This record gives sequence, C-alpha cells and structure tokens, in this order.
Amino acid sequence: MNRPLDRNGFSRREVVVGAVVVGGALSVGCSPADLMSAGSKVEVGAFGPFIRFEPDGFVTVISKHVEFGQGSHAGLAAIVAEELDADWTKVRVEQSPANAKLYGNGALGAQLTGGSSAISNSWEQLRKAGAGARAMFVEAAANRWNVPAGEIVVRDGVLTHASGKTAAFADLMADAAKVTPPASPALKDPKTFTLIGTDRVRRKDAQAKSDGSARYTQDVHLPDMLTAMVAHAPRFGGKVEGFDADAARKVAGVVDVFEIPTGVAVVARSTWAARLGREALNVRWDEGKAEKRGSAEIAVAFRDLATGQGATDQKWESFGAKGDAAAAAGGSDAFEAVYEFPYLAHATMEPMNCVAIVDGSHVRLVHGSQGQTLDQLNAAKIVGTLPGSVEVETLFAGGSFGRRATFTSDYVAECVHVAKKVGGGKPVKLVWTREDDMRAGYYRPLVVHAVRVTLDKDGLPATWRHRIVSQSIMKDSPMPSKGVDQTAVEGAMDSPYLKATPVVDAQVAFPEVGVPVLWWRSVGATHTAFVMEHTIEQLARKAGKDPVEYRRALYAKAGANRHLAALDLAVEKAGPTASAGWTRGVAVHESFGSVVAQVAEVKLVDGAPRVGRVVTAIDCGTAVSPDQIAAQMEGGTCYGLSATLYGEITLTEGAVDQSNFDTYRVLRIGEAPAVETHIVPSAAPPSGVGEPGTPVIGPAVANALLALSGQPTARLPLVRSV
Amino acid sequence: MAASLDVNGKTVSVQAEPDTPLLWVLRDELGLTGTKFGCGLAQCGACTVHVNGDPVRSCVTPIAALSGAKITTIEGLGGAHPLQQAWVKLDVPQCGYCQSGQIMSAAALLAASRTPSDEDIDAAMGGNICRCGAYQRIRAAIKEAATSTAAPVVAAPPAAKQAQVEADVDEAISAASGATSRVQRGEVR
Repeated sequence: MNRPLDRNGFSRREVVVGAVVVGGALSVGCSPADLMSAGSKVEVGAFGPFIRFEPDGFVTVISKHVEFGQGSHAGLAAIVAEELDADWTKVRVEQSPANAKLYGNGALGAQLTGGSSAISNSWEQLRKAGAGARAMFVEAAANRWNVPAGEIVVRDGVLTHASGKTAAFADLMADAAKVTPPASPALKDPKTFTLIGTDRVRRKDAQAKSDGSARYTQDVHLPDMLTAMVAHAPRFGGKVEGFDADAARKVAGVVDVFEIPTGVAVVARSTWAARLGREALNVRWDEGKAEKRGSAEIAVAFRDLATGQGATDQKWESFGAKGDAAAAAGGSDAFEAVYEFPYLAHATMEPMNCVAIVDGSHVRLVHGSQGQTLDQLNAAKIVGTLPGSVEVETLFAGGSFGRRATFTSDYVAECVHVAKKVGGGKPVKLVWTREDDMRAGYYRPLVVHAVRVTLDKDGLPATWRHRIVSQSIMKDSPMPSKGVDQTAVEGAMDSPYLKATPVVDAQVAFPEVGVPVLWWRSVGATHTAFVMEHTIEQLARKAGKDPVEYRRALYAKAGANRHLAALDLAVEKAGPTASAGWTRGVAVHESFGSVVAQVAEVKLVDGAPRVGRVVTAIDCGTAVSPDQIAAQMEGGTCYGLSATLYGEITLTEGAVDQSNFDTYRVLRIGEAPAVETHIVPSAAPPSGVGEPGTPVIGPAVANALLALSGQPTARLPLVRSV
Repeated sequence: MAASLDVNGKTVSVQAEPDTPLLWVLRDELGLTGTKFGCGLAQCGACTVHVNGDPVRSCVTPIAALSGAKITTIEGLGGAHPLQQAWVKLDVPQCGYCQSGQIMSAAALLAASRTPSDEDIDAAMGGNICRCGAYQRIRAAIKEAATSTAAPVVAAPPAAKQAQVEADVDEAISAASGATSRVQRGEVR
C-alpha cells in the first residue's frame, strides 16, 4: 500500500514532473520535458550537452545542477574527467542554461537540484558522456595516425601510441568533433578509477570564493538596473488594503512604488534607497483571511490530535500497518512519548534575491536557481509566454538547504512581477533583507509525534503505534501526490525498527494551517530520525540492553545490513571510551539512499549542551569525492546541531517573532564540533551526501543527554533562545 | 553628496549621504561586491572589512566615520594572502557567501597574533556566521596560515591611531545609525 522509497529516495518524482500542468498546456504527443522546454534554444556541441573542449587545452564540464555549497560541481566534473581521462587540473565547470529536456534531473524530470540527487542522477549520464567523448578522440587519433584504436592510451588529456605519436585533446578537437558519437560507449571498470574516490577531487570554486570574485545574485549589477524591495503583510495570507507612498517617493533614489500580488514594491536606484523608501512606506493590510494563530496554539492543536484528544473529524492516512491495529493500542507496560518540533527557518547566508528582465514575451532570470524548470514555468505564467522563453542564468547561491525550490518560485515570481511592471527590458534586482528572509515564510513544518511501543519477552518491540501531525509540504505541489505525503513520514515509514516490529499502526494527519512550509535540509528526517533514534535509545534502556547492541539486534532482524555496517564503523573508529569528562550518544539514520551513523561526545557547560568530538560513518555508495563527503558531514552536522540547540521560529497571533540572527540563534565557531568522517567501502552507485549528515546529530546529542542526566528530550530546541 | 574614501590604497570619490552604511557604498557605488550583505545588523560578519587594520562590520558603519581612514576589503587582500592560500588548500568554502567576511576577520586576528590559540580564534571569529558549517576548516585554515612562512599578513596600524579610529567610528555610528548601532567590536578583538 505504501510505495517504499527507492534507494535514492526519489519519492517526490511525480510531484515535480507534475509541475508541467502549471503552464496549463498539456498536449498529446509531447513529453513533459519537451513541454517544459518549449521555446528554448540551447546549442549543443559535438560532444553533447555536458562537455566542451577548449582551444587552451581545458575541458569545460557543464553542470545542470546549481552549486550552493554542496560540492556537486566538483563531483560532477570528476565523473566526466574520470571516464575521459582528462587532466583534472585542466577541468573547468560551467553552469548549464535552463532546459528540462537536456538538463532535467533524471530522478525528478524537471531541472532541479534537490533530494541530494545531483551526483546519483548524473552518475550514468556523465560517465557515458565522458566515455563517449573519449572514444571520439581515440577514433580521431587512430584515423590520423593510421593505427588500431585499441593501441591508443589516454592519460591526463593526452593520447599516445607506442610508435611515439602523441596529441593533446586540443590538437585533436576538430577531428574528434567529426566522429559519430558511440551509442553505448564502454565504461571503465570502477576498480581502475584513478580520480574518483581520491582526495585529488577538489572544489573548483575555492579560489573565487576566497578572494571575493565568486558571483552571486546579490552581486549582479547591470546597466540601468533598478533595485526593488517589497513590503509584505505581517501575517501569512494578509493582503494589501491600501497604501500611502508619498513619503517613500520623496526618498532620494526611489523611482516607483506599486502594488504586486505579494505586497507593495519600492523600486529604487540603489539598495539603500530601496530600503529607506520601504521604511517610509505606510501600508494598510487586510488580514481578514490571514492565519492568526500563534505557534503555541498550533502546537497544542497538533499534540491533541496526535494523542487522540483533538478534533474527531481529522482525516488520518496510514503509512504503515502490520498485524492487528487494536493490539498496538493495547498491552501493558507500554513505552509512551510525545515529541514536538518547531518551525525552522533555512536562514541561508545570502538572503533570497533575484534579478529579472522582462522584455515583451521574453524573460531573463539571473539568480542562484535551484529549480530552473519551476522558475521558468512560474515566470512564463506571470508574463504569458512559453517556459522556454524564460532564460535562466544560474549563479552560485549563498546556501539554500531547500529554500530556493518552492512550487510557487515565491521570490522569483515576486521579482518577475516587479520587472514586468517596470517593463522595457530594464533589469530589476529584488533584494530581501534578513528580516524579510526570516519573516516572509517557508519553514520546516511544526511537527508532533506520539509513539507507543510494547516490548516482547526479549525486550524487542512487539507493537508500535505511531502518530505524526504536520502540515503537508506537498499539498502545494501543482499535482496532487499519490498516496501519503512522504516528506512527512520518510525515515519513520521505512525505518528498520518498524520493519523489525510484528505489529505496526502508523498514521499521519495534515491539518490546515496558513503558514508556508517547505523542505529543509533532510526534510522528513529532520524529525523522524530524532523520534526513531531517541525512542529506540529509551526502549533499549527500558529493556535493560546496551543501546548499540540493541540496535544491532534490530538491524539483524530487519536485514538492515548497511545500517549495521555504518554503526559498526562509527563505533570502531570512536574507540572504546569517551574522552575524559564527555558522555557519548549514538544515532543511525538512512536518508536519500545513504546511511549515517554518529557517535557524539557531549557535556554540559553552564547547563547547556556542548558537543565535542563527533565520529561519523557514512555509506553513500561509491564515494566520488571523499573530501567533499567529509565537508558535507562536517557542515550537515553543524546545520543539524544548530537546529537541535537553538533553531525555532515562533509566531504570536500569526506574526513571526524572530527577525534576524539576534533572535534566531545559530551555531557559531566556538560551538562547532570536531567531526571525523569515515566512509563505508561500497561498490554500489553513489547516493545522497548533502542532506544525510544533518538529521543524525540531534538524536545523538539527546541520547548522550539521556545517558548523562536520565532525562529524555521531548521537545526541540534544547536551548530556548527567545 | 560627495565624500572621499581611501579604499584598498586608492582615494575614491563617492556620491552618498553621510549616514549611508559603508557596505552599500562599496557594493553599489564602487562595485566591490566581495563584501557581502548578510544581516544588516552586525550579527553575521559577512560584511567585515578592515578600517585601519581593524575588523569592522561595514553594514552598520556610516561613511561619515571614515574620513581619512584606510579601508581594506577582501579585494584588497590580493587573492594570495596566506589565509586565502590556506582556504583554497583546505577547500574551506562551501556556498562561500560568508567567506570574505571570515577571511577579513581572520586576517585581523593574524595581524594581531601570529600564533592564535583556539580561544583566540573563537573570540575573533565568533561574530562571523557560516550556515554551511565550515567552522572546522576555518579553524584549521587559520592555523595553517599562521604556521606558513609565506608573505606577511596585513600590518596592524599603530595602537594609538587605531584607538582613535575606533573612537571616531563608534561616535559616528551612534550618531548616525541610532538603534542599529550594534557593531560588535568587542566581540571581534
């Protein structure tokens, strides 16, 4: 009944492909990718859409995925360079244009970077692209030298023959371009890889990101460009009733003030003028249909539902049913717990922003686009043009963590509305301040779990009753999701602990709340990993078992060999005893096709948790770039720890309380743990890396605190900052 | 109105009101976009530049405070500063957006102390947020640069002159930016 997550976690496939209906022009005989690319013109060179050879001897690898920190550019380039036998020091990365047909995500259909899928969905595609181009060069050299192709060796971008003949890619470019590309080029035996899996795979953007020259949306400056800021309603769902722009128009540099669907836009000649203009604006809001509940009220309503005391007409959907559901509600001496998780802001370092140029039916977007196809469709709808008439230049994004991929393309659409009104092909840069970014929406949902478990005579779970209450992220998708919204239940639904339990009754409810919600680095796992791992820790204690041995027993029962291997590696590398004065907590979780196990060392400093050493083991299939995998484990752990300790967006009567980093506390350098990363050897295809490092630290810390104080954690964050 | 600033060793004339934050003059007027906007409240450090060698949050520093001061931005470090080399060697950046500010704070730290302790690093870098969580590598790269024998780091100005500039900046900030005058200078040194 429940469609299991496949190994790469591509549970959201139908949703994003469904985005084609946004354009409203689904026609017979036209693939979704054709439709989404309609009107687009992208020139493809002789070596295909992903590789270009340059006269200076460099190879340019064209990335269909945005680089927002996750290191995909390096990994994607390495896949091509490996099969091509290119000189890694002469490989550049360039960002592809928007075109779903050429550059769609193999897992999602649309061109979109998400679900930790950049490397996994490109693996076969780029291996074939590299191997195909290599074969074309070999054939060109064989023809030129009149020797058998099989006798030609390619290494570091140079072709050689035993006769002494030698040529670089640049020398053979013209000849090779005339060779017919092989339909199915032979791929290397992974055992012969010389680049993939080595620490030679390094970022290509580190210099530009260390000398200030890397270009982000915020840095775009075009002739005659105007800068816009938008005043948004203080409460979600509020509308403009009227506004007085006299004072704003008097601010030097302000060019225009007008209403757009999401608020009132102030357009100015500089960022500072736009900001001063917006401050001078007086807007009256119609909040008749706005969400006016506070987060505390929402949390109480969710808790009541999860514990069976709420509205009886709430619809529930099953995400796991085995055996007699009544048995899961019965039995004596049950373990029972309720967990509550707050709304979380993504709080990327670069607040949301976009540059748009609208010139008649042609639109050009310049920004750190995470979902180019969605942005094309949404912009096309606003302007009344074909998606392919929306050009997208994708820049580096100053972080995303999921924020830049919304079904509505929210801030991109806002920028297009402003640029359309300005018109005449004049560039408009929309800038959100930190306050806009924190208050104008899209949060990890507030979530409540209620869990009830009984144990068998061996202390293992006999019955498991699970209730989750959350807003649905997928509710706003352009096409209704088939079955349960997996973004709320992933990590619980597919848990080896439920697999090992004979009787399961797991259900989820999605009450309507007017707060915009979205995926947030590791999505469902942000809460399900905590609930499953902290629950299992408490069950082990209840059963009088060692928590690591208890997990091993359950993994054996569930056939979860990868969980077992990751746990074993982390425990082995951590060594037998904790550092003096520190207490250990363990957690293991699979997300996006990868399993991460962590052993975290925790102590209390002035009553607040401090995390020191964190030993991490990850099974992510073939490790393309070990150093970038380590970087993602380090960064993902910090991102998860920041939320565990401090992350919380609260609302008072519908208005967000936090506004900047003084009220939304995040992890700083003195609080960052020392993360050690160990990779489980694997010959499987690559799986996710960007997200799986985030959800494990929370339960690992809670489990350490449980060992330290005997107190379980029922609510995050651990430290209330407001 | 016109104002004169000394940026990266060049005297430049800019058209901006005296209470305009240095950040927006650097970015919008001078095209020096390496210095980033992150919070506008001196909370995140992405906008850190040097004023006479001292790390300052340019998002809350009005240009009125800077007459005669030597301003150095990330572009002024030249690209091959020992910290920049260490940043590349250790692949510190992820999204990279905060790194200009991180490096400017670190450069001021190294100018003051060639062998910073972990506590020195925590104190000097505590005002710089990295949401990608590259903190572990930032720490390692500072230590790497500190031990490198490459070119000297940016020289610190004489203490008396520095103290005078600090006083001038503080006064101008409190005069010009009112409630947002929370440049956390104590936090970065």
